[in-house]
Amino acid sequence: MNWTKHDYEDIPGTYVFDGKHAHGAYPLNKLLFSFCEESNRDEFDRDPAAYCDKYGVAGKYKDFVLKKDFLGMLRAGANIYYMAKMAIPRGTSVQDAGAQFQGITTKEFQAKLLAKGEGLPERLAKRGDYWNG
Amino acid sequence: MAKIIGGITSSHIPAVGNAIANNLTQEPYWKRFFDGYEPAKAWLQEKKPDIAIVVYNDHGLNFFLDKVPTFALGCADIYENADEGWALKPVAPFKGDAAFSWHVAEKLVEEEFDICTCQEMKVDHGFVNPIRALYGTHDVWPVTTIPLAVNTVQHPVPTAARCFKLGQALRRAVESYEEDLKVVVFGTGGLSHQLQGERAGLIDVEFDLECMDRIASDPEWFTKFSNSEIMRRAGTEGIETIMWLVMRGALQPNVKVVHKHYHAPISNTGAGVLVLENTL
Repeated sequence: MNWTKHDYEDIPGTYVFDGKHAHGAYPLNKLLFSFCEESNRDEFDRDPAAYCDKYGVAGKYKDFVLKKDFLGMLRAGANIYYMAKMAIPRGTSVQDAGAQFQGITTKEFQAKLLAKGEGLPERLAKRGDYWNG
Repeated sequence: MAKIIGGITSSHIPAVGNAIANNLTQEPYWKRFFDGYEPAKAWLQEKKPDIAIVVYNDHGLNFFLDKVPTFALGCADIYENADEGWALKPVAPFKGDAAFSWHVAEKLVEEEFDICTCQEMKVDHGFVNPIRALYGTHDVWPVTTIPLAVNTVQHPVPTAARCFKLGQALRRAVESYEEDLKVVVFGTGGLSHQLQGERAGLIDVEFDLECMDRIASDPEWFTKFSNSEIMRRAGTEGIETIMWLVMRGALQPNVKVVHKHYHAPISNTGAGVLVLENTL
């Protein structure tokens, strides 16, 4: 097995979801996808370890799931949208997860986001070709 | 004959649906974002398209990773929304037009776009939220809708150039349909954002503004980027912007720019609303 290298692999702090990730983490993503059904979410909550076994999620993958280690899951090949099916109903928003990935608080993560929009309405008003209220 | 009257872009983030459902659209955080939809809503009210083709990506509701079509077209009379794992109440089902869809599918395949045809297709927030933002929420939706799903989730995903060509073929497919129908195309998702990894929270306002300008006036500019270049600049989830090119390809080269609205940040993204009109 020899996975082809890609020019996106050196983007820092980024795990592009491609065949290599999708292949290795297939059982994990299948488990995450199953959370679209409420009965599956309940079954997982009753016994997470048994639920991992049922889906063939083992080794490091199982450890990450049981520890709710979202960065570990992501690096191991979880798809971000599929991971959201586990995180969001258990109280971890996408912004909480983003903060965890960076080791900062959600408030700090949100402040960094807000900073990107500073002065934007004024700038667009000056341009004149944008709607501005 | 059917005619494509124009195209609209819209973010499709889940938070938009939540803000509408929880009556938050006039809260300070959301007000500027939603107010910027009003001219787009007014344009739709005035033009009254019969059909909206919604170009979006499925985030793991209809498609699992066992089978990932690059392009998939809804070919049914009804499309249902469902629980995506967040225990939200699904919105009312959407009315499709199977005869129209199958015509489009036939013409696209004739033009060597070998799309996947879907007689059952659950539609997720990527499809639902732009419609809610542009029409409000209804028990009976005021427009017939056709889902056109593009894989932006699992690489390899199609290039921006390929999406642009699909849009051009889509226009020929729609405009060879015999019934007199007014059709609008929604290009959804984007603009720059990254949800995953230590680089989460990326928004590139300069790139977004250039996309807003160039996709309207010079879309070929965007088709020259590789997907790696787009992800490096606009984030891994910013790759969704390729779907705007499907919409843009379905319009004439020189379009009338009816409305241009950009807001950042909203949730984790830069969000752009373009209303572009075909004048020919």
